[in-house]
Amino acid sequence: MTAPKTMPRLAIEDLSAISLRDGNRPILRRVSLDVGLGEVHGLVGESGAGKSTIAKAILGIIPSQVRIAGGKIGFEGRDLLTLSGSALRAVLGRDIALVPQDPTTALNPSRRIDAQMTDGLRLKRGLSAKEARLRAHSLLEEVQIRDPDRVLASYPHQLSGGMRQRVLIAAAFGLEPKLVIADEPTTALDVTVQKQILRLIRALQERHGTSVLFVSHDLGVVAKICDRVTVLYMGKVVEQGATAAVLAAPRHAYTKALLAANPRYDRPDTGLEPTPPEVITALRAEIAAFDAGSGEARDG
Amino acid sequence: MRLISDPKVVVAGGFILFLIVVAIFAPLIAPQDPLAQNLLTATLPPIGFPDAEPGFLLGTDGLGRDVLSRVIFGSRVSLTVAFVAAGLACLIGSILGLLAGYLGTFADTVISRLVDVWMAFPPVLLSILLIAVIGTGLHSVIIAIVVIDWTRFCRVVRTETMSQAQMDYVTAAQAVGFSRPAILFREILPNVVPVLIALLTLEMGIAVVVEAILSFVGLSVSSDTPTWGGMIAEGRQIVHEGWWVLAAPLAALFATVVAFNQLGDGLARSLDPVLRR
Amino acid sequence: MLLAVIANRAAMALVTLAGVAVVVFILLRVVPGDPVAMMISPGASAADIAALKAHYGLDAPLLVQFGIWTKGIVEGDFGTSITLHRHVTSVLADRLPATIELAVMALFVAVTLGGGIAIVGTLLRRTPGEAVIDGLNSVMLAVPDFIWALALVLLFAVALPVLPLTGQIDPALAEGFSTRFYLTESVLTGRFAVAGNILSHMIMPTLALALPLAAVIVRLLKQSLKEAMLQDYVLLARIKGFGELRLVLQEALRNAIGPTLALTGVQFTFLIGGTVIVERIFAYPGIGNLAIDAIINRDFPLIQGLVLLFGLIFILINIGIDLTVAALKPRLRHA
Repeated sequence: MTAPKTMPRLAIEDLSAISLRDGNRPILRRVSLDVGLGEVHGLVGESGAGKSTIAKAILGIIPSQVRIAGGKIGFEGRDLLTLSGSALRAVLGRDIALVPQDPTTALNPSRRIDAQMTDGLRLKRGLSAKEARLRAHSLLEEVQIRDPDRVLASYPHQLSGGMRQRVLIAAAFGLEPKLVIADEPTTALDVTVQKQILRLIRALQERHGTSVLFVSHDLGVVAKICDRVTVLYMGKVVEQGATAAVLAAPRHAYTKALLAANPRYDRPDTGLEPTPPEVITALRAEIAAFDAGSGEARDG
Repeated sequence: MRLISDPKVVVAGGFILFLIVVAIFAPLIAPQDPLAQNLLTATLPPIGFPDAEPGFLLGTDGLGRDVLSRVIFGSRVSLTVAFVAAGLACLIGSILGLLAGYLGTFADTVISRLVDVWMAFPPVLLSILLIAVIGTGLHSVIIAIVVIDWTRFCRVVRTETMSQAQMDYVTAAQAVGFSRPAILFREILPNVVPVLIALLTLEMGIAVVVEAILSFVGLSVSSDTPTWGGMIAEGRQIVHEGWWVLAAPLAALFATVVAFNQLGDGLARSLDPVLRR
Repeated sequence: MLLAVIANRAAMALVTLAGVAVVVFILLRVVPGDPVAMMISPGASAADIAALKAHYGLDAPLLVQFGIWTKGIVEGDFGTSITLHRHVTSVLADRLPATIELAVMALFVAVTLGGGIAIVGTLLRRTPGEAVIDGLNSVMLAVPDFIWALALVLLFAVALPVLPLTGQIDPALAEGFSTRFYLTESVLTGRFAVAGNILSHMIMPTLALALPLAAVIVRLLKQSLKEAMLQDYVLLARIKGFGELRLVLQEALRNAIGPTLALTGVQFTFLIGGTVIVERIFAYPGIGNLAIDAIINRDFPLIQGLVLLFGLIFILINIGIDLTVAALKPRLRHA
């Protein structure tokens, strides 16, 4: 693991989680990762690897069947896991924002874009209705929406998927948060739109100096945008490091398999090819050994 | 048996069974003659209140008749209506629903339209209107309920039959050469039965209330047969002098309606996933 | 487009209504028991009876009677009530306002109460509080207006004798009104003591009508709200740091309310039907109470007028529901 140069924005230490539904099956196995100031950190793995559990743990929206079994989520010198509901609500929206996965479901169908973009600005930044409206307008310009007034007056169903994702990105960055969680923000979009959205996130992130935790199953996407990357398998970190270094010389067999499955990592792909069975067998053995060593999980 | 493990079903079903036993053996159970008037013992309060007299556990009404005995005998009319009216409504509605759902096209159009027309009017008004037309009495009450509520069964059975008719086993039966009626009754009906049982139970609760309302208005059985609705009407008149005359039959009606409802609800939940809401 | 659909549905309903009117007209006349026999004194001669029948037009052939009746309706004349000796239209006009005030009040109470409990239940989801609400509501769902009305009579006649048991207003106060909308008029003219008196008469019938509807609203709205609360946009709003109550009211409610509105409309027609028996129990002078008297007395013209009136009310309610649901759905409005 590469040590961060300054104090990281987000410092996850030894985060473990289990599924209560599924015989206390481990979902996260002592995951540690840092997101530095102004850094874009990729979190990669196939579905079920635990990526979204990490994102949810940061945002305090862990589902009821999942329990955090140990570890810390350090943010601004505090452990987010120990914050009370109201203390966490104070942090969320102001310091931490989310760019969601599916722009078709993440906007309220019965409220105008205007209302949905300004409510956070008013509550979390204390802007007046008029100021919030002006701010929303300039935010939409910033995400290269040509006709902000029309978009603000629209309902979500009147906008295309790419347009909606721009709105959501504008809303997330508009709150001037210190950390943005981007949860597979391009998965639901066309390939052509994906590129624009990635460029947009990178540009906004650089301009505002925001730290981003970029969750994706797609190493190709991560390669385009992330400074560093963490690879997860079955809730365990299998590889972590600078993106260029990991892609050039993957140390772990699983990362190699991911790369082999998606050879053109300069171009986003829509899904993962199946990982070779011998790699899976080796991984499971490795995880079993890890569980036995850490002595905190009982599962095969 | 999941049914037995549902406490709702056990308690509600137990109460209905108890009520059936009470209705059948009413003459043996009732402490007094439900019709015996005695103005010397008029409006006596239930046992435990001042001026109560032994022998009249729930007090007496304005004519000195024993309230408990009248509630016990009143269960006979309520349960008769519940079983006969709901049963007939179920039978007629199901047959029409099966026909509409299985034959489709013309029969379906006619029957569905009929259901729509029927459901456009408020049941209480329709039942009172019907009784006014066909005259009062137990038969009329039953006819009124059947005529109004067959639609509930028809709609559900029609939908269910339509979905069942598209299943593979029906096609298979047709391929083997079974006739349409044979398929209808042997193959489709058994699959619709669980839904029907639940619906029938709910309908019984409705029938009990409708009978009580018609008795209350004075359009049900003649006034010398004790009914809960009739008792409620009397009790409403003398509520200041003897609240128990209203309270006793109302409590019986309430318990019965809730029991049928909870039983139907529980049955729907355990018998059929489609009805789960 | 949408208006065309609604207009089409209304037209269908009118056809249905006409059909029902015809059926009721014929049924009333082919079955035994004629109204004249009920009004004459025992010693009347056959000639007297015939004269009386002729007076009410009941001696003509069925088709002729029907022709006269339809012609009258087209001209706004629904005939003369046999028992009240007044024009059916004026009888209905006298009685309808009381029922409208009662039904609207009950609807308001049901929506407020049901909506409020549904929202509280949603806030309490996955807690013992929700289980308590669900348990009570499952019993409430089984209890019809008839039982509520009488339970309220017991409560307020015996245990807590503070409310008047019958009527719409103290007869002494029922003066100086220029319309029959007593409650509305007394509020608008600032006669609040009179309004209070009317309200005290309306509490019990209103509750009896409202509680069953409230129970239905609680069940459906709470379920829809809970589903809506799982949507991504609510999650995103939660991540903006909004509190639970704001999430329910601002994000979930508008998206969840559609099915409840549609159902409330349907149930409102049941509520109107319920006014028949509830008005009877509280001797409230509306059209429901009137309907029972008309039917018991076989007052043909009045029954026919009432059937048409009830049918018309239902059609109007259904159009109202369609319009409301459409207005709340931006997707439909902009389609």
